[in-house]
Amino acid sequence: MYVAVKGGEAAILATHDLVAETRRGDPAVPEIGTEQIREQLGLAVARVMNEGSLADSDLAALALKQAQGDAIEAAFLMRAYRTTLPRLGSSLPVDTSAMTVRRRVSATYKDLPGGQILGPTYDYTHRLFEFDLAGGEGRAPANVTPAEQPLDPRMPRVPDLLGDEGLMEPETPPNGDPKPFDLTRDPVEFPAERDVRLQALARGDEGFLLGLAYSVQRGFGGNHPFAGEIRLGEVAVEIVPEELGFAVDVGDLTLTECQMVNQFKGSKDVAPQFTRGYGLAFGHAERKAMAMSIVDRALKGRELGEAATYPAQQDEFVLYHSDNVEAAGFVEHLKLPHYVDFQGELELLRRLRKELEARIRREQDEASRPTANAKAGD
Amino acid sequence: MDGTSAGLTLGRGFADPVLGAQRCFRNILAALSEPGTVHVLDEDIAAPAPLSSGAAQTLLTLSDYETPIWLGAGAEAAAGYLRFHSGAPVVADVGAARFAVLRGEAGEPPLDAFDPGDERYPDKSATVIVQCAALEGGEGLTLAGPGIKGQRRVAPAGVHDGFWDEVAANHDRYPLGVDLILVAGRSIMGLPRSTLVTRTERRR
Amino acid sequence: MQKSVGPPKRDEAYNFAYLDEQTKRMVRRALLKAVAVPGYQVPFGSREMPLARGWGTGGIQVTASVIGPDDTLKVIDQGADDTTNAVSIRRFFARVAGVATTEATGEASIIQTRHRIPEAPLRAGQILVYQVPQPEPLRKLEPKEAETRKMHAWGDYGLMHVRLYEDIARFGRVATTYSYPVLVNGRYVMSPSPIPKFDNPKLGMCAALQLFGAGREKRIYAIPPWTEVKSLDFDDHPFEVQTWDEPCALCGAADSYLDEVITDDKGSRMFVCSDSHYCEERRAAGHVGRLLGSETGQKLTGGAKE
Repeated sequence: MYVAVKGGEAAILATHDLVAETRRGDPAVPEIGTEQIREQLGLAVARVMNEGSLADSDLAALALKQAQGDAIEAAFLMRAYRTTLPRLGSSLPVDTSAMTVRRRVSATYKDLPGGQILGPTYDYTHRLFEFDLAGGEGRAPANVTPAEQPLDPRMPRVPDLLGDEGLMEPETPPNGDPKPFDLTRDPVEFPAERDVRLQALARGDEGFLLGLAYSVQRGFGGNHPFAGEIRLGEVAVEIVPEELGFAVDVGDLTLTECQMVNQFKGSKDVAPQFTRGYGLAFGHAERKAMAMSIVDRALKGRELGEAATYPAQQDEFVLYHSDNVEAAGFVEHLKLPHYVDFQGELELLRRLRKELEARIRREQDEASRPTANAKAGD
Repeated sequence: MDGTSAGLTLGRGFADPVLGAQRCFRNILAALSEPGTVHVLDEDIAAPAPLSSGAAQTLLTLSDYETPIWLGAGAEAAAGYLRFHSGAPVVADVGAARFAVLRGEAGEPPLDAFDPGDERYPDKSATVIVQCAALEGGEGLTLAGPGIKGQRRVAPAGVHDGFWDEVAANHDRYPLGVDLILVAGRSIMGLPRSTLVTRTERRR
Repeated sequence: MQKSVGPPKRDEAYNFAYLDEQTKRMVRRALLKAVAVPGYQVPFGSREMPLARGWGTGGIQVTASVIGPDDTLKVIDQGADDTTNAVSIRRFFARVAGVATTEATGEASIIQTRHRIPEAPLRAGQILVYQVPQPEPLRKLEPKEAETRKMHAWGDYGLMHVRLYEDIARFGRVATTYSYPVLVNGRYVMSPSPIPKFDNPKLGMCAALQLFGAGREKRIYAIPPWTEVKSLDFDDHPFEVQTWDEPCALCGAADSYLDEVITDDKGSRMFVCSDSHYCEERRAAGHVGRLLGSETGQKLTGGAKE
């Protein structure tokens, strides 16, 4: 017999114990430490920081441990914690042109000031298992030889180079350089401005944005993007404390930045030029930054007078559905009891079927009456 | 807990900011949910003029850096008090105010000078606190609308001639319009834009 | 048998009722505007909560912004106090607000609910807080917020009437059984949340204040006490509510919304009150349903409760 889910506090508390037990797994296997997660699962940590909207690799590692590696559950933990934090101030805009670069590639120029720096990338690993990784301890540490020449300290960003030539749409702050919108504090209205869109994309689900970006490339969107530049490295974060009145360096952030260069044929009023899609993410998160930049460009269609024909071009569609914590909550709320509404549907369905059967019977009766004589011989 | 005790300091806020604001909010919520009913706020706060105790408590409960307040001229001390306790900016632009404090006197900006919200977002309208002489003993009014079972009779006192015409005109713009909180001392009465206010004696 | 729990000790690690004061003020301002324009959806800066979206974060933020230490809170889901999410939300408020909780409808000053309105009439001074998954009654007809907001602005509800009339043409009746749209104060079409249409008549001219919170969709709306609420219908097809052929198998009530319980795999079923407190009170008053003494009846009334 099934009795609808009812459970007292004791049952709920028991689920917490069961989670703890499952999370620990076989106690004969050493417990994983959050430092190990932070250091050795850095890409997972970056994803949790991005989708949790909180740049704290220790907390992201803890979230991953607590959530058994479930990135969305971990992002949820980050967000629920983040919302309780006081706002002490806002940083100055970070200057990615002054980034201490570890990786920088451009698909638009064979060479450019600062050069191409491959850095740590999976791009040219053959996806073949390194079975000795499974062995754990006893492996020799990776042997990285520093380059003979230090990197060029000046690495101008590709869109800036194009901008100098007048080929890239200029991007200047709106009038008066207002404080950017914060969708974690205020409800979004549509159509949404770019600051709102970029914030939503920055915390959006990597998988969802990846799918949207792919749809743009395949044909559900009119853009042909070039990866103008992707860079990874550390940038200084500065704030201006009110009592000091000058900027103070409060630490470094690892960031991945992607600037997509897109064609734009121009319009009645605007000369043909390139347009920009922008992606920025905490940690090393190239796929996220690239997908973000493609979707950002697709959403700029409204400002550029392009038709919003495809999902990636529709701000309401993208913004409402890219938040995986919200999406997961609503999809998973279907686990909650719905037997009151379901009872309403049952009652209606039974009634409609009864009415239909009655009508069919009635029609059959009526139909059989005049032909009763003809059928009498059967 | 007891805000009515002696030893009031000029310009203090709620004794307990968290629970003081909670209790005050419940009174405001009840006042606007059942227009015309009188609710006495818990504390007796002495704020700088022109703020009455009721107006001060209402603003401490609802205002912050996101809500510009219009107080009219000659309210520097009150502006300083609000900036200190709630962080709310005091503005000279009537149309930019989310909250406003009137005395119900002739010569003040009419109700339609305040932001009535827009058709898509009527919630963006201002809330106007009207400091009356008393919430009873004035001209008889009949209220009807949401929050009122049938009709309710009220008689706030001390507002200028023509004020109730402004209130009626405000209701006529529904769902646009400002919402009123009448205050006398530390008593409050809500008159949201949804309430139809008619003069009892003249019209019926 | 009725559980009321006095105020527990509040967890001092969090602000009273969890939300910070700035957030409460923002929610409170939204609530007042919602009350001033009944049935209109006020956008609010819904915060991320430690409970999942879709699991009552809107109702929780409304309750957290309203509740005080003197309140007594009741939480129901599907009409029952002992459903898991109701238990979870009640625990949350006991912990962060240290408030007394109760299962008795009459003793509660605030009732947070998902999918039901209690059977017993509410009284003046009570606040009913609804958890709302989709606040926009027009959303299934028009997915774009920019469009539905215009329809509300212009009071243009033709699309909704067409939808309801299509049901009538096809099925001979309106085939909506829950989230049945209502017109509030003659102006705004509103979703009553997924309560069964059985509960719709309780929405209007109610003595209590009704507040609706949609956390994921970031909307708050309200019905003040004594407000006209009309379920949309047509002159030739008036609104009607669900009825059952049998009374509650536990308490014999013939006037309550019933849940269906399957009792074996041979098609046997019984119908019991969805409002667990209402059913309990009736049984305490001596009312006996047909199957109260049966094994399942005992299990539903005794075994499952602790």
